[in-house]
Amino acid sequence: MENILEVKDVGKNFGGFTALSGVNLSIRKGERLGLIGPNGSGKTTLINCISGALQNDLGTIHFNGESISRLPAHARTRRGIARSFQIPRPFHSMTVLENLMVPLAYVGGVSGEKAKVQARQLLEDIGLADKAEAASSSLSQVELRKMELARAMAARPQLLISDEAMAGLSGSEVDDVLDILIKLNKQGITIIMIEHIMHAVMRFSERLVCLDAGQIICDGDPQSVVGNPQVQRAYLGD
Amino acid sequence: MKFWIVSASAIVAAIALALSGANEYLFFAGFVVLQAVILATGWNILGGYAGYVNFGVPGFVGVGAYTALAMHLLWSAPLLLQIIAGAVLAGLLGIGVGLLTLRLRGIFFSISTIAVVFILEAIVMNSRFLGGATGIQLTRPNEVLFFDSYTRMLFVMMAFMAVIALSIARYVQDSHIGQGLRAVRDSEEAADCSGVPTLKLKLIACAISGALLGVAGAPMPMYLSYVEPLSTFNLHYAVIALAMPIIGGTSHWLGPLIGALILGTLQQIVTVTVSSELNVLVVGVLLVVFVVAAPDGVIGLVKKWKTSSK
Amino acid sequence: MFFSFELLFEAVLFGLLLGCFYAAVSLGLSVAFGLLDVPHVAHPALLIVGSYGAYMLGGWGIDPLVSGFLLMPVFFLVGMLLYRFYYETFESRGSAAGVNGLAFFFGIAFIIEVLLVVAFGVDQRSAEADYIGESLRLGDLRLPYRLLVAAGVALVLTVVLTQFFSKTFVGRAIKAVGQDEGALRLMGADPVRIKQLAFGIATSVNALAGAMLIIVSPVEPTMDRIYIGRTFCVVVLAGMGSMSGTLVAGLVLGITESIVLTLFGASWATAVAFGLLLLMLGLRPQGLFGR
Repeated sequence: MENILEVKDVGKNFGGFTALSGVNLSIRKGERLGLIGPNGSGKTTLINCISGALQNDLGTIHFNGESISRLPAHARTRRGIARSFQIPRPFHSMTVLENLMVPLAYVGGVSGEKAKVQARQLLEDIGLADKAEAASSSLSQVELRKMELARAMAARPQLLISDEAMAGLSGSEVDDVLDILIKLNKQGITIIMIEHIMHAVMRFSERLVCLDAGQIICDGDPQSVVGNPQVQRAYLGD
Repeated sequence: MKFWIVSASAIVAAIALALSGANEYLFFAGFVVLQAVILATGWNILGGYAGYVNFGVPGFVGVGAYTALAMHLLWSAPLLLQIIAGAVLAGLLGIGVGLLTLRLRGIFFSISTIAVVFILEAIVMNSRFLGGATGIQLTRPNEVLFFDSYTRMLFVMMAFMAVIALSIARYVQDSHIGQGLRAVRDSEEAADCSGVPTLKLKLIACAISGALLGVAGAPMPMYLSYVEPLSTFNLHYAVIALAMPIIGGTSHWLGPLIGALILGTLQQIVTVTVSSELNVLVVGVLLVVFVVAAPDGVIGLVKKWKTSSK
Repeated sequence: MFFSFELLFEAVLFGLLLGCFYAAVSLGLSVAFGLLDVPHVAHPALLIVGSYGAYMLGGWGIDPLVSGFLLMPVFFLVGMLLYRFYYETFESRGSAAGVNGLAFFFGIAFIIEVLLVVAFGVDQRSAEADYIGESLRLGDLRLPYRLLVAAGVALVLTVVLTQFFSKTFVGRAIKAVGQDEGALRLMGADPVRIKQLAFGIATSVNALAGAMLIIVSPVEPTMDRIYIGRTFCVVVLAGMGSMSGTLVAGLVLGITESIVLTLFGASWATAVAFGLLLLMLGLRPQGLFGR
């Protein structure tokens, strides 16, 4: 089974501050990877480097064997990497349906009636079908998160990165989103999940990677990672 | 279809008017209003559709005007060619400024556009060929086609250009490009991650917007028989190019048209009844009032009124 | 072309003094825009208002510098109110704060310009004081006192503000709010209040800077346009939010402008700030000292 994503020796600096250094990560197709680490450990920076919102200064990133470090974000999305944002970023002047039609058009080349049908299907799968014609600016937090995921899915990705999609949600809402992610994974989509809600991460991940101060300090099956003393120290401090 | 019928009728009406015995002043004023429509429409393609505010409108207008001047001085080029050349150069300027600053945040683009005005003005001031600070007087050529005066012909030409500008804006808005631009305006980051080639689209918008602003400026030398930098690179253009779409509504191609008509009419009334300084103040005040109280413009207000009365 | 090193030296010296002045004038913007991210294109317009304020008080025989100090509290209040209004109308609505915020400040700047024309006419106005018009003679060099005074005040102002932002609690809170609002909230501080305070400070600096401006040269209502170029140039050159970088950036601008003025004349000199700005944005947008 080849790796869908190969991150080798990746480093990223902001002025004098090193956000990432020497990050090595290989992700198999169809894997469910949980990415954890305390605030400021570099999780979002790593995600940004993978999705193209930022460019890594050092190292290489290969997606399906192709080097993507020099590609702009939209080119990476077209190759199959999609992400949701920590703080939802809807296209606020558009309806929910129209939001999904953007990636459908720009990644999939589908527009008009055909796109509307596909968009409605995606909304069905995620449980937002009744909000299709609603203004995206009128959605609640959890609905916005779901729309974020639906919009990412509209790009028909092979790799989906979910950046704290459950932050601030109630217990049942968390389960809602979790179920959606598990369902997507069953369809064959590789998923990287950044999350602080531990029980969700444990339930979801086949494998856990822990970042601290820009470096990977532990990588393996969830139980052993969580039990690792280095990881515990990272979260609780010395 | 309806659009084309209305546009064709508008042009026919303009020609009929120009052939009639109407007062010459009508055509002077008409030229100004039509120029305003083109300015507002052109500005809105980048400002309203993409969300990038161009303060350097006078620079683009100036490029249009001075390119037209150069074409006239060097090759006695006919008016249409002058306009096309002005549009092309202004469009290129738009791409240039875009390439330089569109990778940065919106406000840096806006400040850069102001920079462009000053730099262009300095270039013109130091160019004897273009008239320098004192400007150049021109004699209008004799081709008035079948109209009684050059001003009437200019008026009809502007009507044509206005229709072209509006149809371009309408096309962009309803097209694939318009969808992408809207995504860029709402959330550029999300647009990037949705596969939208944001830089390319912004550059396209810059080019089209710049070109239309150049079209608005190109007939100026012929209109005034005189060009000089201070009035050509006047900040006034920047304020009205911003105010008209904001008053009318920035998300629809009709907005700039509505704004131009409202502002144009208002300005005429104020100038005639009160004073010309106050006229300029009115534009600024209306801009601020609308931005604060009705940011979606007249179109937005109409939409709200429609949905609330349902 | 006859090239005199003396001429160049004088130009550089002149530029150094001018640069200090440009730095002081840009400090307010460095806070309002560099730290707080407010698209405050009306900042230079307020600067000119400060100049006219000093001019008016000068009519009662008050020295322009003193006028500047007297006007500071007024400007502080104005700044606070302006920010509050901006915040309530744009930032808190979360709407297209981009376009609308910019358009708002642009409209304000324009309205200020027009009102100044209506109130004072388009002619230039100058301030009067004993030291204006006199120069310090050092050998063959003549350094105008008005520039020396302005540069001196500017330097002091820059140092005071830089210290304020790095050493005092309030100053550091302001710096922090620009970077991490969330953390500030957790500390119990109200970010909006702090931003309001910062904006008030930025605007009050304008009162003093405006007074210096009218000492250095006559003012007229449309001067805010060229100062948009100069202040944004300095802020970008320095790097967003870098207080100390502002002085260096100001000096760079001042010297460049002065040299261009000497070699190529006044009409090119006004384009220098804008040219430098474009260059910086194209080559190194984070500025000389930016994060």
